[in-house]
Amino acid sequence: MSGASPPSPPSRRAVVGRRVRKVDGFKLVTGRTAFTDDIALPGLLVGRILASPHAHARIRDIDTRRAKALPGVHAVLTWKDVPRVPHTTAGQAWPEPSPYDTYLLDSKVRFVGDRVAAVAAETRAVAEEALRLIEVDWEVLPPVLDMEHAMDPGTAVIHDEPDATGIRDAARNLAGDIHTHIGDVEAGFRESDLILEREYRTPRQQHAMLEPHIVICWLDADNRLVIRTSTQIPFHVRRQVAMILRIPVSRIRVIKPRIGGGFGGKQEMVLEDLCAALTLASGRPVKLEYSRHEEFFMARTRHPQILRLRMGVKRDGTIVAHHMRVLAATGAYGSHCTTVQGNTGSKVLPLYRAPHLRFDCDVVYLTTPQAGAFRGYGCPQGYFAQESLVDEIAHELGMDPIAFRLKNAIRQGDVDELSAQLGEGKKGLPRTIRSCGLPECLEKGAAAIGWKEQRNGGVRRPGRLLRGVGVATTMQGSGIAGVDFAGAFLKANEDGSFNLQVGATDLGTGSDTVLAQIAAETLGVSLDKILIYSSDTDFTPFDVGAYASSTTIISGGAVKKAAEKVRDDMCCFAAQLLDAPPEDLVCRDNRVFAPGGKSVSMAEVAVHALYKEKTQVMEGASHFNTDSPPPFCATFAEVEVDTETGRVRPVHLVTAVDLGVAINPMQAEGQAEGAVAQGLGYALAEELVLDGRGRPANANFCDYKIFTAKDMPKLTTILVETEEPLGPFGAKSIAEVGINGVAPAVANAAFDATGLRFRRLPIRPDAVLAALGGRR
Amino acid sequence: MGELVIRATVNGAPRRWTVAPGDLLLDVLRREGYWGVKNGCETGECGACAVLLDGEPVNSCLVFAAQADGRRIETVEGVAAGDRLDPVQEAFLDHGGVQCGYCTPAMILVTRALLARTPRPTEDEVREALSGVFCRCTGFKKPVEAVLAAAARLADARPAAPPAGRKPARKAAAR
Ligand code: FES
Ligand code: FES
Repeated sequence: MSGASPPSPPSRRAVVGRRVRKVDGFKLVTGRTAFTDDIALPGLLVGRILASPHAHARIRDIDTRRAKALPGVHAVLTWKDVPRVPHTTAGQAWPEPSPYDTYLLDSKVRFVGDRVAAVAAETRAVAEEALRLIEVDWEVLPPVLDMEHAMDPGTAVIHDEPDATGIRDAARNLAGDIHTHIGDVEAGFRESDLILEREYRTPRQQHAMLEPHIVICWLDADNRLVIRTSTQIPFHVRRQVAMILRIPVSRIRVIKPRIGGGFGGKQEMVLEDLCAALTLASGRPVKLEYSRHEEFFMARTRHPQILRLRMGVKRDGTIVAHHMRVLAATGAYGSHCTTVQGNTGSKVLPLYRAPHLRFDCDVVYLTTPQAGAFRGYGCPQGYFAQESLVDEIAHELGMDPIAFRLKNAIRQGDVDELSAQLGEGKKGLPRTIRSCGLPECLEKGAAAIGWKEQRNGGVRRPGRLLRGVGVATTMQGSGIAGVDFAGAFLKANEDGSFNLQVGATDLGTGSDTVLAQIAAETLGVSLDKILIYSSDTDFTPFDVGAYASSTTIISGGAVKKAAEKVRDDMCCFAAQLLDAPPEDLVCRDNRVFAPGGKSVSMAEVAVHALYKEKTQVMEGASHFNTDSPPPFCATFAEVEVDTETGRVRPVHLVTAVDLGVAINPMQAEGQAEGAVAQGLGYALAEELVLDGRGRPANANFCDYKIFTAKDMPKLTTILVETEEPLGPFGAKSIAEVGINGVAPAVANAAFDATGLRFRRLPIRPDAVLAALGGRR
Repeated sequence: MGELVIRATVNGAPRRWTVAPGDLLLDVLRREGYWGVKNGCETGECGACAVLLDGEPVNSCLVFAAQADGRRIETVEGVAAGDRLDPVQEAFLDHGGVQCGYCTPAMILVTRALLARTPRPTEDEVREALSGVFCRCTGFKKPVEAVLAAAARLADARPAAPPAGRKPARKAAAR
């Protein structure tokens, strides 16, 4: 067994740790067909959805006769035509911890934009004309738009259907709740010298991935249903569609082509079920996609929350007790409702090693757009609150915010017990910190922002433009402990190349490249020898999908195991050619070396195995972890507050992040930088606004601002590498953690500049002006 | 509805299309196999559909196909010479300027237009030019670095060019 050979030291690594180009980059820069829509299918129909104009209503009757009679219309579906199967659209491992409160089509609508009916027609114009011909007899019900009153007695009940399951208390519009603690916070508060209690509010943010949701379905020559979809979760989609349409899993093939961004918005079965139903009804290929306008309110959003935090500290800055109370709105359906909010507690509170922690959370239904998974998964809300409060406490105590954080932060060797209480909808597993580079992140980040020189001190000085700096420290996870798992498969070709087949889903993150790097490094071959193919339920092994910052550590773990097995196989065949024991052989530079220096090429070994020994070298492996090692991040912001306009302008954002070992530092930086851009939007601009009847007021890119090239400040990204024992080559994760600290760092910088605290996101000029005015 | 026959040059090759008066250039280009032209909003906001019309970036979802009659269109498919990538494409790959790649065709075309006009742009000029193309993945640091690197590479490749200009930003962008 050559697997016994010790791992190569980082300096000797040929592929891992290198800033290599994306393995799938060529097709992207040349515009080759890659994405879901880049395909011409004969007979393709266009699907369209009739969206509810009401936030809350019952459909007394619906008449589709005129729509069906329209020439060019091939299918019209309402709830009368489809199976009624309660389910969740959340892309989570079975059994999903989200309530089964959703139907393919229903006789009740629960938000403006909810599905009423669907049409498939020859052209979009005909499909839209058909939608206009559908007659609906509405019984309009009172909307429920305010999360603070959703549970009031007498409020309209949003999920009054009898067949939903997993709802905490439907009669009170309570989708789910979480109550957990370690220690005794009340006792902790009694021991505290200073107690602060503050309330924070966070908005509905939209993913705004550049490629809206899109699906194309058809029946293949064997009458199987093919679903070509822009998804992060192909295997969950297959299972969900089978259940909802009551067809066997074996009849479905899900193909994930290139994805134009997801950020969690595609960790959800959003359109696949309906598109598949239209294909089955019409017998024709159907394309169903959201327009940009629809994407804003008919897809998913981040959960808006109201957080009330109470923290008690000793005079020396030691945190004794922290009680976080969260009220969150999941919107019309409960997808990801308790899991996102569970993370608000489990991935935020344990950052500081207080002996007394308590987390209480209610997640309510509203007749508003549906919330779901979104990069950070509950942490951006929690960290905005926690890091703002911690900053305020440090200021009250006259302590440097960095020193305060360092004093209290979790460190290597610590065991986070709260995670054991807060699993994904069930008991979790305790989290042991095996690697932690947070002190180094703080130190390097502070140097990069110019912490000492740029601090203004939280006082308002004269002048129009006020500058300040702020900091936030955060963590995340790397996969869901004990839940996420992945498979990988490798086979050797006669020219020394290897096909790597994974169910992992590159949504633009670069995971195909990272996984190929892991395979190449393990096999001792160059990156061009790895031919990666990801996510086709017929041709690749299972993978839970791309979410929870899991791909590098979980899918990468599977790839590494499979590659080790293939390497051992190759060594066995090479041993025959080299006349040396397989365990003495070393694979590198596309060759296999014997101790004396004699070597054969991988190609020669593969040819020998194939044609002489009649053996296809091929291996598969599965991988999961029972722990979720957190990446750590220190985010620093420098802002300029314009006291005339109220605008908070970010000047410089520094992200210093401990991601374990960076498999591809260039891509890792890109993940951090993209997260900052989204985080700045969250901090300063982005909010899906609803009017008094629940209708979206800004469902377009003119009125919903995202940061562009011109708006972005200077960015500095510092990768702080640690060696994580549970990760392949020491890797943890990077995709999400960078977003968590942006809003609090900006808010803390705004305080440093003005002496004013902003506890509601986004921090918009009107709020800043009002606060500044109040002080004049 | 009456149909129109239009003639345009796409990536150097003459094309003849039959279109309806209301057809968008975006839809016609995609229908004709130029899949690199992306639809991100269809309402002129995101820039994903940018192509060069007589060398200038336009959002093809805001242009009727009929308006392209007699004009020169450049799409991302025409940027590489066969398998050989253009320096702008190389730079986007080398500098990590591509993540999901949905905005990439537009970024590359807008960059080409910028560098044709301003061979050695300042960072502000690059940001101004790219600001019409939305990107939700990169945070723009690496795309901006890629454009600056491409400019340097191209300038090195043609030493006979006049000295680098540092003029104030011109209105560019695929708006
Ligand atoms: S598709 Fe967004 S501007 Fe044209
Ligand atoms: S790389 Fe994804 S939108 Fe720019």
